[in-house]
Amino acid sequence: MRGDQINLQNIVARSASITPSPQVRQGGVEQVTKLIDVSVCIGCKACQVACMEWNNTRDEVGHCHGVYDNPIDLTAESFEVMRFSEYENEEGDLEWLIRKDNCMHCAEPGCLKACPAPGAIVQYANGIVDFNSEHCIGCGYCRAGCPFDIPRYSERDNKAYKCTLCSDRVYHGLEPACVKTCPTSAIMFGTREDMLDYGAHRVEHLKGRGYENAGIYNPAGVGGTHVVYVLQHADKPEIYSGLAKDPQISPAVEAWKGITKPIMSAVLGASVLAGFFHYVTKGPKEEPEDDPDPENAGRAREIDRHDGEDRP
Amino acid sequence: MSVRVSRRSFLKLGAAGLGASSMAMMGFAPEQALASIRHFKLTGSTMTRNICTYCSVGCGMLLYTRGDGAINVIDQVYHVEGDPDHPVSRGSLCPRGAGVLDFINSETRVKYPEVREPFTNEWKRISWDEALDRIARHMKDDRDRNFETHDDKGQLVNRWLTTSMVAASACTNETAYLTQKIARALGMLVVDNQARV
Repeated sequence: MRGDQINLQNIVARSASITPSPQVRQGGVEQVTKLIDVSVCIGCKACQVACMEWNNTRDEVGHCHGVYDNPIDLTAESFEVMRFSEYENEEGDLEWLIRKDNCMHCAEPGCLKACPAPGAIVQYANGIVDFNSEHCIGCGYCRAGCPFDIPRYSERDNKAYKCTLCSDRVYHGLEPACVKTCPTSAIMFGTREDMLDYGAHRVEHLKGRGYENAGIYNPAGVGGTHVVYVLQHADKPEIYSGLAKDPQISPAVEAWKGITKPIMSAVLGASVLAGFFHYVTKGPKEEPEDDPDPENAGRAREIDRHDGEDRP
Repeated sequence: MSVRVSRRSFLKLGAAGLGASSMAMMGFAPEQALASIRHFKLTGSTMTRNICTYCSVGCGMLLYTRGDGAINVIDQVYHVEGDPDHPVSRGSLCPRGAGVLDFINSETRVKYPEVREPFTNEWKRISWDEALDRIARHMKDDRDRNFETHDDKGQLVNRWLTTSMVAASACTNETAYLTQKIARALGMLVVDNQARV
């Protein structure tokens, strides 16, 4: 459905909530996708700078680790990082593979599934997975639930942060900051259909250039992602600084949120009910005095009676 | 002040807490208000087109300022992004251009003429008039001393080799034209700019 709006951001899924979101007026929302073409990326890091500029984050100045990766890993204030890897191919030639690592905006987000704080992680109708930091309790489960190890916990305010796909820009009809700034058009943004079309065109081009295994990285294990890569070697994503070959939400998170939680809730509810019926049928338990000495016990009771008056 | 909690009231509190959390887990939690996405930070800003000053490519920039230019307001640039209408960059910016905001607001940015006198390591602030007079004085003295009208073979050259003109890379055509005219009129042969950086 071309021509439909992509910036309508009604929430379709939210963490730790059973109540479904309103859906009647969500027809005609087109899904968005960001395409990262690794084959034309020059590793200039303009996207990193534009990201920090837009999001008003200024990470600490780090140290050189002997590689171009800067910062060396994602942080709560660096939502994305270019990962450089030197790969020697079958012919013995060096290939410099530069991958922009950031949130993949999974269609079935592991972070959202793992999050216990109601509404702290939401998924919009256009596919963006956003952290609503107002409701974040800082438990860090989102990182455990993420198959790409993206969210980072901030020591400053005890909350987790990650790329929002510039949901604030997208809502106002703009592309994400990283997309706009990219000087080589390695990062593109548009409707999902358009981006997959464009990606297919790029893959054809790469195949014509001799990259037989070129392809689009859009893993089915997480229901597809709203950030897709065009890779020269799509059969070996792990050579791109450890991009997961078949990312899955951790079975522990699946089990905890899938089966264990309702069972444990039922057990908890049943124990409360059992306690209530026990009280109704047997009455309150008669406590012996805390202190066998009647004089001390009387004094303790007196203090109990007055303990409310001590407080301001 | 110590608060004494008896065993009985402690148990009561514990039971109340357990009950409340059980209720919450069974779905009786109060509905959380869902805040919307981050406030759009360009709302109400003034957009000004400009050219990046970093290199000779001269990408187009949009400077977003707060303040409306009124007499009692000092406007401030708070966001910069690429100008999509610019034929060179079409909205894109390299990492230097994308981070130009911190360059604009940098504490170490030079905003007025300064001079470092010989044999000192301190920069001293001077006025524009003082700076221009001083530069003119130095140029005149040097030119009077080193201007060559003829070379070794007696050919007419009219050149001044001991001073050079270093221009900026992101000049407009008009600025570049005037720079060239002034430098050549003085007989300066060494003209360069920082476009190579």
